[in-house]
Amino acid sequence: MQSVIRTHLESVSSHSCYATELSFINSSTRRRSPPEWIMKTFCSVWLLLSLVELRPALPVSQETPLACRGPADPALQQPETPEEMDTTGDLEPTHYPARRAATVALHYLNTRHGSPYRVFGLQQVHKASAEDVAAGGRKYSLDFSVTTSPSGSAGPALRCSAEVLFPRTERHTPPDVQLNCEALQQLNSTAEDEAFYQKYITPDSAVSAQYLPDSYGNMSEDMQPFWRLARVAASFIMLRESSENTEFNMAQVASITQQESSEKQLMLDYVVLLHDLPSQEIIQWKLLASWSPDSGVRVLQMEWQPRCPHATKPPN
Amino acid sequence: MRHYIAVFALLAAVYCEEVFNGDQVLRIHAESKKHIQILKELERDVDFGLDFWTNVVSTELPVDIRVPHARLYAIKNFLKENNIPFTVMINNVKELLDREREEMVHNAEMERKTKSFNFAAYHDLDTIYNFMDTLVANHSNLISKVNIGSTYENRHMYVLKFSTGGEKKPAIWIDAGVHAREWISHATAVWLADRIATDFKENRTPVPSILSQMDIYLMIVANPDGYVFTHRSLSEFYRFWRKSRSATSNPKCHGVDLNRNWDAEFGGPGASDDPCAEDYRGPSAQSEIEVKNIANFITDHGNFKSFMTLHSYKQLLMYPYGYVGTDAPDRTELHDVATQASKALNSWHGTVYKVGSIFHTIEQASGASVDWAYLRGIKYSFAFELRDTGEYGFLLPADQIVSTARETWFALRYIMQYVCDHPY
Repeated sequence: MQSVIRTHLESVSSHSCYATELSFINSSTRRRSPPEWIMKTFCSVWLLLSLVELRPALPVSQETPLACRGPADPALQQPETPEEMDTTGDLEPTHYPARRAATVALHYLNTRHGSPYRVFGLQQVHKASAEDVAAGGRKYSLDFSVTTSPSGSAGPALRCSAEVLFPRTERHTPPDVQLNCEALQQLNSTAEDEAFYQKYITPDSAVSAQYLPDSYGNMSEDMQPFWRLARVAASFIMLRESSENTEFNMAQVASITQQESSEKQLMLDYVVLLHDLPSQEIIQWKLLASWSPDSGVRVLQMEWQPRCPHATKPPN
Repeated sequence: MRHYIAVFALLAAVYCEEVFNGDQVLRIHAESKKHIQILKELERDVDFGLDFWTNVVSTELPVDIRVPHARLYAIKNFLKENNIPFTVMINNVKELLDREREEMVHNAEMERKTKSFNFAAYHDLDTIYNFMDTLVANHSNLISKVNIGSTYENRHMYVLKFSTGGEKKPAIWIDAGVHAREWISHATAVWLADRIATDFKENRTPVPSILSQMDIYLMIVANPDGYVFTHRSLSEFYRFWRKSRSATSNPKCHGVDLNRNWDAEFGGPGASDDPCAEDYRGPSAQSEIEVKNIANFITDHGNFKSFMTLHSYKQLLMYPYGYVGTDAPDRTELHDVATQASKALNSWHGTVYKVGSIFHTIEQASGASVDWAYLRGIKYSFAFELRDTGEYGFLLPADQIVSTARETWFALRYIMQYVCDHPY
């Protein structure tokens, strides 16, 4: 029925109304109600103003204060090792014990060979096994493939083998990694690394940024090499903090501030946020890293940060 | 093209409405050859001003004529004199046109809203809730919005119900946004809602056949308080919020992990007792109103056959159990289904998902929703960890939303089809 009216309408309009259509369009747009649009804008401005006013007005005690928790000692976190951990011999490559050990190997690989234009990621574990060792630790043997970023899965995957030893001690001791990847020796610093170095080693270079990437996953192309450098630098921390009960990734670069270059090294102050998969915790670290194509990445200072917005210093 | 005709017709309608004021549409029921002859003569007489909407053919078919106001009396008399029965189909054409016009404007606006909705972006809660309303309005024959209760901070908890009717048909549950910071899960669910609606409307297999036998319940934001919190600021304290926003026994720490609060081995290892921890289980099972609302809804419904929950990240497709390492009774079947689903997912973009039980693949977890569902007899229970594997993690770039959603859809579609084909 409606379609009958519509088609009919068209036929009528083509007779009598077409000629005056243009003048009608003008009058109809004038007829659309402006007040609604004005009200919307007014309300948005009002809301914005009231938000800006509201925040400083809130006394600190009313805002949710955070507990300032000490750095989670991975060895204390889970006193009982779950059943899965005790399996000796062949491990299921898709299960987490193999994956956690491989992740540690990746951290190690990145500390040795990572750069602004080369960060390694785990593609998959092919084979894995574990055995207890005499001194009370656990050694994992791994066969896995890694991808390089940028280019990720599009680029070639490198085949690696590694032995990761997790000491089981009272206080946390970093794992020990022996690593071998095919064609690793052939990996030289890339042309992009060189260009990046030349661009930012200049004396007046003072890069700084926050939130890489931002909440929406956005990051300018210019900042990506700095983000990758942070991932490499963070690998030093992640490697050191790892145990069989952790699985770290870098969640975000909270801030980066370039310091004055020293001894031909780029000097970068970072605050990075790490995410630990088993506990789901977000852990904040401040670090000072240096890099040059020849020396690679080095972490000169690292400091755990409590996640308290109101504390200026860590509790101790 | 249709858009232009609609606009043109709209403009014409407004201008021309006065022309039709008082006109009526009569439906003529010719009963004999003589009637037909008379009507045909009327039809031929162009000067008389009658507007034949249907042609005079035979006594089988009624004839519709728009009669200008000025001619009404004359025509009605003429028809009565000749004993030709008729009814007034439209009492005043202008009024009908007015209503038509209003509906057209409304529909065009609604269509513009869903067509222009940017699926390749992360949206805040209000925008998502508006999207839901628009979707329901555009597919009111299929989708309704169910309010299953309020959150701790008194926000509505909505589930979209996709149903072709019937009383408590066997149903599929899909939720997203249990963990506030896993934005890709909400964004994927938004896209999925639109996709299911469109597939049904355009009759694309297997959606119509699945919906003929089952209902789909899709909860885009299972943790509205947490989601709003993650939008409060760019600062990491807000953006990386995971839990609910309830007050706890520790005044400095808020929130409970909504995926450790279910009544499934609650209290066991794989969750924390510390209110400040990210995986804090809460003081008791279902202490969180968000969990209670969902659990009650599913229990009261009583006929769910599948329960699936979307999270991020790590690219995993998992099945029960989370709380223990022993195989679930249906482990073999669930593993097969998950494996096939992950292959379907992979076929879109080459994304590789690993398959396994929650306990073995990610970690031991107690009080998890998938365990709860499975232990309640909902056999086909799965948990997704969407993209990526750690490069961007929770901060997945928006330009990956649509391809993530599409590949997830491939997996979900496989599972839903399987569930539909395997009633129990």
